Amino acid sequence: MSALPDPRLPAGPIADAWRRTREELPLISPLRKRQLRVLVVGTGLAGASAAATLAEQGYRVTVLTYHDSPRRAHSVAAQGGINAARPMAVDGDSVSRLFADTLRGGDFRAREAGCMRLAELSSAIIDQCVAQGVPFAREYGGTLAPRSFGGALVSRTFYARGQTGQQLLYGATAALLRQVAAGRITLLPRRDVLELITVDGVARGVVARHLLTGELEVHSAQAVLLATGGYSNVYFLSTNALKSNATAIWRAHRQGALFANPCFTQIHPTCIPSGDPGQSKLTLMSESLRNDGRIWVPAIAGDGRPPQQIPEAERDYFLERLYPRYGNMAPRDLASRRARELCNAGHGVGAGGRSVYLDLRDAIAEQGRAVIGQRYGNLLEMYARISGDDPYAAPLRIYPAPHYTMGGLWVDYQLMSSLPGLFVLGEANFSEHGANRLGASALMQGLADGYFIAPAAVTAWLAGHPTPAVAADHPACRQALDQARGRITALLAVNGSRPVDAFHRELGELMIEHCGISRTAEGLRAGLAAVAALERRFSAEVRVPGTAAGPNPELEKALRLADFLALAQLMLRDALAREESCGAHFREEHQTPEGEASRDDARFAHIAAWEYRGDGAEPRRLAEPLRYTALQPSARSYR
Amino acid sequence: MTPGSSRISLTLRIWRQENPGAAGAFQRYRLEAVSTDLSLLEALDQLNEGLISAGERPVTFEHDCREGICGSCGFLVNGQAHGPQTATSVCQLYLRQFSDGATLTLEPWRARAFPPIQDLAVERSSLDRLLAAGGYCSVNTGQAPDANALLVGQEQAASAFQTATCIGCGACVASCRNASASLFVAAKLAHLAQLPQGQPERRRRARAMQEQMAAEGFGSCSSNLECEAVCPQQISADWISWMRREDR
Repeated sequence: MSALPDPRLPAGPIADAWRRTREELPLISPLRKRQLRVLVVGTGLAGASAAATLAEQGYRVTVLTYHDSPRRAHSVAAQGGINAARPMAVDGDSVSRLFADTLRGGDFRAREAGCMRLAELSSAIIDQCVAQGVPFAREYGGTLAPRSFGGALVSRTFYARGQTGQQLLYGATAALLRQVAAGRITLLPRRDVLELITVDGVARGVVARHLLTGELEVHSAQAVLLATGGYSNVYFLSTNALKSNATAIWRAHRQGALFANPCFTQIHPTCIPSGDPGQSKLTLMSESLRNDGRIWVPAIAGDGRPPQQIPEAERDYFLERLYPRYGNMAPRDLASRRARELCNAGHGVGAGGRSVYLDLRDAIAEQGRAVIGQRYGNLLEMYARISGDDPYAAPLRIYPAPHYTMGGLWVDYQLMSSLPGLFVLGEANFSEHGANRLGASALMQGLADGYFIAPAAVTAWLAGHPTPAVAADHPACRQALDQARGRITALLAVNGSRPVDAFHRELGELMIEHCGISRTAEGLRAGLAAVAALERRFSAEVRVPGTAAGPNPELEKALRLADFLALAQLMLRDALAREESCGAHFREEHQTPEGEASRDDARFAHIAAWEYRGDGAEPRRLAEPLRYTALQPSARSYR
Repeated sequence: MTPGSSRISLTLRIWRQENPGAAGAFQRYRLEAVSTDLSLLEALDQLNEGLISAGERPVTFEHDCREGICGSCGFLVNGQAHGPQTATSVCQLYLRQFSDGATLTLEPWRARAFPPIQDLAVERSSLDRLLAAGGYCSVNTGQAPDANALLVGQEQAASAFQTATCIGCGACVASCRNASASLFVAAKLAHLAQLPQGQPERRRRARAMQEQMAAEGFGSCSSNLECEAVCPQQISADWISWMRREDR
């Protein structure tokens, strides 16, 4: 491949561009759809909503998930809410404001047409979810009750207590199960997708491993949709579920799908900090807590007093001090970076001085314990269980943790990757969040992709490419099967001495150090050398017990980690090549005298899309220029 | 470590079963000086790292999000589903709940509708078949009316939400002497019956889900209320009595 494929951006003004595009897309008769098979990998918000909608339209859909049930996909853990620009708001919100906030939040590193489409679709998502029975919070009068969220000055976040992702996912998976009952969806749980099958450069299916029998299976179809989530687990300790992984997108990348902006990863400011080395994950506390919580550190470095004994004058409410307009609602990347700087300067509290306080004291005094309990009850209970502390009596301790990856497989305006026939949805694609995602926008994007964009785009593709699905014994299928089998055999044959997790923990430490909240050229180069060395040790020293047959969770982990090790190196390369600071990507060499990110629009107003060129070969960096018509890039300022 | 943490030693008696056809048995393991800041699943991670290094098969258990919301994890701890702490799944059970030297017996959910897989893992897809029988509102994408056209009072929405929070872990079934899924089914029926969207299919849904419950081999309600006691989301068993009146 020598150049990027056409991103198929709409012509003319971006407002209403998606409706215009859709009206020109070809359609397929409902009867014909019954003869076409579509493969959906993943059952989170994007995958479940796409699978259900495609099946409703008549397609035969096969759904693969590594979970035992579609309801367990990691979207279930999203706490805070979902953004939508609803008409009739009296606080001045509008579609164009949500569009502008999304583009600005992403620090002008996303396509404006995509951001506008997201804002335009947002309201219909809420309608759809409510019709499915999603119990959003309501006013006494019965209307929807939105709230405000990080990075926004209006109340446009719809929520269901602290379990919004769970409720939206159950709506989508219920719609999916309804189609299973109707016989239009074949649901195949406990399958790990290990290879993408391509024929003449077109995606035609996947190879999956049955996680109970160990059997390798070929699943072919006329279109393949990957909705497999993000790759924050490259950091080992993250807010992601433990099985969240990058294998499906990484394998597609190796088959020719470009990987865009891999270094754009979001570190979420409000997580429960780590303590013991045996800890397996970091738990997110919804940043909705920032609506009522005030974030502070002791003004005196090394102040060892309990928080209640530190007088008001000796507390540094640093977000309120630095960002008087947004205060504690400043965007995630700024909040994370400031917390890290203060901890590095000795103001941190808790274990190893690696946390800051989030204090509900004033909110409880003003509004009462009952109101705060109703609003955040389940979050506060969770905090108490994990930390052993009472958040009503003492401030919570929080610290940033890897949470979301804006990068992912490159897709065009119709969500198709650079591999024809391969569509990528939700967090798995690189899409509309640019260099930094706004709070409560992930759920919006996943559902916009799944309910509305993918069904139209997949239909348009199939209308022009009616090729029958390949037979399971096609040479391309056999080749993909052999590749998957070869990787499994090789891992089992190492018979070293260290468990997979030991290597994963090491990778996480390297990545958070060199490719985390703050990055330098020197650190990134050191990281690249260290991860390459770790990859070599992994393939020489790992111990994967058991056999290829039957359940083997350690083999599953080893296959995932092998791909994380390769992806980590692409992230480091991408961070090194992007010699600017934008959104969540902060290069210390590129900052203003005030310590804010210094973006370089002249050199980097583009999407970086990486092409795989073989093991050991340098990947090639392609650039898709970003053009702005509706909103001109301005310095991102929340001061 | 946080200031209040310490280290304890535990004896774990764990049910080991290679496959559904094999005979299972309890095996004893020792964990020395583990931090009380770890969860029980993190303690099992440590145990497994040791077993792998020693060339033994690690203990299989279901888990994923480790923050109590995905519903993957679940086994009996000393006979109690999800262990001694109320309103949590077992991934949120921290070792500070146990005293130094304690013995913990870990065994899988046992129910006819949950066939064993390996060690502490069982197959719970029967719960999905209950939902597929009718646990939804039949609305295709794009057919939805304006969300504010359906007014739902605040308390009504909150109550519907409470029943909708079920995470599908199966603890209610595992703790019921009849291995009934009554709380699971009642929660889904109550979630949708309390909302205007759920009304058109209300009767059909109630009938279909209860018929499926019998077909899957779940027993009838034992009226022991263990289900409510172990439910990580604290869904009230009152909804089971409510369900009795629902399918008439």
